[in-house]
Amino acid sequence: MSYPADFRYSKDHEWIKVEGGTAKIGITDYAQKSLGDVVFVELPKPGAKFTAGSAFGTVESVKAVSEVYSPVTCEVLEVNESLASAPETINTDPHGAAWLIKVRLQTPAEVQSMMDAAAYEAYIAEKDKEAHA
Amino acid sequence: MTEKLKRTARHISLGESLIFERSVPGKRGFELPPLDVPAVDSAAVVGAEFARSRVEGFPEVSEIEVIRHFTRLSTWNYAIDYGMYPLGSCTMKYNPRVNEFVARLDGIASEHPYQPVELAQGCLKILWALQQILLEVTGMDAVTLHPCAGAQGEYAGILMIRALLTSRGNPRKKVLVPDSAHGTNPATAVTAEYAVENIPSDANGRIDLARLSSVVNEDVAALMVTNPNTVGIFEKDIAAVAELLHSRGALLYMDGANMNALAGVARPGDFGVDVMHMNLHKTFSTPHGGGGPGAGPVAVKKSLEPFLPSPVLVQRADGKLNFDNNRPQSIGRLRAFYGNFGVLVRALAYALAYGPGMRAATEDAVLNANYIRKNLEDTFELPYRQPCMHEVVFSDARQRKNGVTTMDIAKRLIDYGFHPYTTAFPLIVPGAMMIEPTESESRAECDEFIQAMRSIAEESATTPERVKTAPHSTRIGRLDETTAARKPILRWKPQ
Amino acid sequence: MRYLPKSDSERREMLASIGLEKMEDLFISIPAEYRLTRPLSVPGPLSEKEIIDYFRARGSENAFGYSSFLGAGVYNHLRSVVTDALIQRGEFLTSYTPYQGEISQGTLQAIFEFQTLMCQLTGQEVANAGMYDGSTATAEAALMAERVTGRSGIVVARSLHPEYRQVLDTYGRHAALQFSEVGFTATGQIDLSAIRAAVGPATAAVVVQSPNFLGVLEQVPAIAEIAHAAGALLIVAIAEGVSLGAVKPPADADIVALEAQSFGLAPSFGGPFAGVIATRDKFVRQMPGRLAGQTVDSTGRRGFVLTLATREQHIRREKATSNICTNQALCALAATIHLSLLGPQGLREMADQNIAKARYAATELAKLPGVSAPFSGPVFNEFVLEFPRSVKILNKDLLREKIIGPLPLGNFFPDLTKRGLYCVTELHSRAEIDRLVAGTKRALELPI
Repeated sequence: MSYPADFRYSKDHEWIKVEGGTAKIGITDYAQKSLGDVVFVELPKPGAKFTAGSAFGTVESVKAVSEVYSPVTCEVLEVNESLASAPETINTDPHGAAWLIKVRLQTPAEVQSMMDAAAYEAYIAEKDKEAHA
Repeated sequence: MTEKLKRTARHISLGESLIFERSVPGKRGFELPPLDVPAVDSAAVVGAEFARSRVEGFPEVSEIEVIRHFTRLSTWNYAIDYGMYPLGSCTMKYNPRVNEFVARLDGIASEHPYQPVELAQGCLKILWALQQILLEVTGMDAVTLHPCAGAQGEYAGILMIRALLTSRGNPRKKVLVPDSAHGTNPATAVTAEYAVENIPSDANGRIDLARLSSVVNEDVAALMVTNPNTVGIFEKDIAAVAELLHSRGALLYMDGANMNALAGVARPGDFGVDVMHMNLHKTFSTPHGGGGPGAGPVAVKKSLEPFLPSPVLVQRADGKLNFDNNRPQSIGRLRAFYGNFGVLVRALAYALAYGPGMRAATEDAVLNANYIRKNLEDTFELPYRQPCMHEVVFSDARQRKNGVTTMDIAKRLIDYGFHPYTTAFPLIVPGAMMIEPTESESRAECDEFIQAMRSIAEESATTPERVKTAPHSTRIGRLDETTAARKPILRWKPQ
Repeated sequence: MRYLPKSDSERREMLASIGLEKMEDLFISIPAEYRLTRPLSVPGPLSEKEIIDYFRARGSENAFGYSSFLGAGVYNHLRSVVTDALIQRGEFLTSYTPYQGEISQGTLQAIFEFQTLMCQLTGQEVANAGMYDGSTATAEAALMAERVTGRSGIVVARSLHPEYRQVLDTYGRHAALQFSEVGFTATGQIDLSAIRAAVGPATAAVVVQSPNFLGVLEQVPAIAEIAHAAGALLIVAIAEGVSLGAVKPPADADIVALEAQSFGLAPSFGGPFAGVIATRDKFVRQMPGRLAGQTVDSTGRRGFVLTLATREQHIRREKATSNICTNQALCALAATIHLSLLGPQGLREMADQNIAKARYAATELAKLPGVSAPFSGPVFNEFVLEFPRSVKILNKDLLREKIIGPLPLGNFFPDLTKRGLYCVTELHSRAEIDRLVAGTKRALELPI
């Protein structure tokens, strides 16, 4: 799966897609592959506020739980309710239908310090190399 | 096919529905004696507000059907009584039948925890005798039998540490846990309001003393160690670790899950441990029963004694035993009544059977593990090469080259008539294969296991698909755990 | 030693094959100064016969031959020999937690059946299998309520079993739960107006027991309404499960903490028993403890697996819902077999007999001069009577007649020394009850 050029990426494998003053946040294809079949997603309530780097939810597979960190300081506007009944969407469409939360950005400049698609692909290639070393 | 073992053969395994699906209205499996007092209308006695018309959805089956139902279910389980159950860290040893017999005796099973203490001296003597044995085996100063299982024992132990440190003026903030620890350790520390800091092991799988020294500061309440650790290796620096902690006002907690390597050979109290729990369903042979009941006594040094859970068993001047509820510094009560008494009875029966000969059991357990290690070290990767104690940890590094993982090998063992070993634990060994034979395996059983493992290793090279798709002989194949977790069905529902 | 399957020559050969001479060499990794150089100073070894003799002797030092009217969280009920025969099958007794689904279907299906029985019994949607006992289930239920509501206030009925309450205190202290207590009225039931006053926006849950420690049934729907109006959950603890054969299940509760001892488990001096947490589907991921779920294998056959394990300590480690690891599986199996034998009719008849016998005993005892029933609320098989003298003195006199009398409530409530809690079950014969009444009459006639 390709990594969209208009997204930015974090080292914790979250992506963010900015649309004006708001943004969608999800987990990357790399993250869903390492988790395996996702069975449950726990998301915050609209109105919740997070600082950059803090955990806003969890994504669970059968035998692993992964926290999801907000790459930016933000306020949650909307959560993706459809994931409650169809968590598998995270495996099938991580960069699209399986966005996790929609947020209002507090410090839009934070996004600029994140990786672009090329940098992220280099980053995960490096990760893979480490794992096989 | 290269299956060299003639250990297994196929036989008929009967199918069986849910007990609810066997139900036919009007049948029953139990009858009460006739009522010998005036009958009353229950609904009138409790009142319409409280009266229940009937219990829906309960099965209506006869006695023989109950027998067949549960007997058939039982045959779908593997068990120690079938053969070797080499689950590392679980100490699946023989569960002596006399223990079951004595736990069910009239006068033992029949006793009520609130009967007058003068009519409970037999029960209290059993508890007292077991306490004395555990103190001698561990070299500690005081012990409580209250905790229901190892995890609750850990909870009690950490609460006692918190209470002692609080009495010294500062409960501190952190508990250190090696990365090789059991999952209950960090979970327990958090339950007792401590933050957890993971300590990486050194290249030999042991605690790194220098590294430890750099992190033990005035925020550290305790280090929780398992010894021998979860890679089956004795922490040779344990006394130095204890000294380091003590010099900085912290305590040493030992997870006694692996006491089967030490009973009669070395005593935690002698090498600096301040508090430890034991799992009687491991070292002291009480049956696992498919997941419990267990018992998790906690032994402590003198400094922690005032904080033991309440009540504490005491001997009066006249020799009679009693419970002391007046323990102002106690961490409190952990459960109603006095511990899993029936489990404690079994543990005492086990200890009495061996007496000082418990050491022989420990020797045989360590001998079996080293024998298996020696015979498989050419076949499987051995990440830590030191002599092991009661268990040995290999990794799947060689087999993984053919796409065969520890889980696949474990599942293939089932076809060979063994229970799998522990997979994927400890976390510090990628692809861990953790094997604990216990003293209950004969040389012949160990040899068969070794042969099976070698044969599977060979298959992993020649016919890896055969291993990756195992087990092939069970009545049911690998189960869809993903669907089970996504759309949980946790009960049968009446139509 | 009869449990060790090796001959000495086999031991020597095995040692030699790994390059060692003697057993001591196996322990070289333990520094010499920490190796024990003497035999353990412990009793034994004993043969099978001697072990049996030892425990028989201990049993004879207990209340053997006494007639007992104690309940208070531990109940003596009829148990079929079938239950004990089945749970002693080695495949159940000597197997581990069923992590390996392919060779643990027996235990897994039995757990699934247990979960179902507990749901049917309690009127809840989902039940675990299980907790250590009723007391720890109650404490875990309170912690669960804190997770669900994000609040930390727990309003507890004074009529909750005092030892359950103590366990709540131990667990709650380190989870920063704030406890407040609500008393009972002349009915023996919780004071509804006092709960109304006690609950508020910080209340996570109201905790009551029904039948409560005084034997009286609580008005669960009314309590639920008050709790829910404050946005709090209602936790109902049930120590006497047989009551559910004749009493409405606490379907309005959000969490039920049940002790399953009454279903086929011996009193055994207080354990091992089996606790259960039953709740609503929507709280399942906040629930501690083990769960078996139905699924299919690769060929579509029905099978069972441990599921939602990500809540548990072995995966989530420091973020687990609880540190619990065992699940009293064999006790839960005993309860499953016992309830399958009883069926709806057997459980009903057992419950009815408890009501009838307790009613008979209470009526006959209350006829004695000076004896009165202080609480007017409905009861199941336990009831409180008040005497003109201390219950402890009365009990001393009863002991001489080989009768263990009621539990002195003064043991737990210093203001209630003249009240005693009786439990009468289907196991008490009419003759035994009559003997209790006659003995009590004689005792009360003695000068103090």
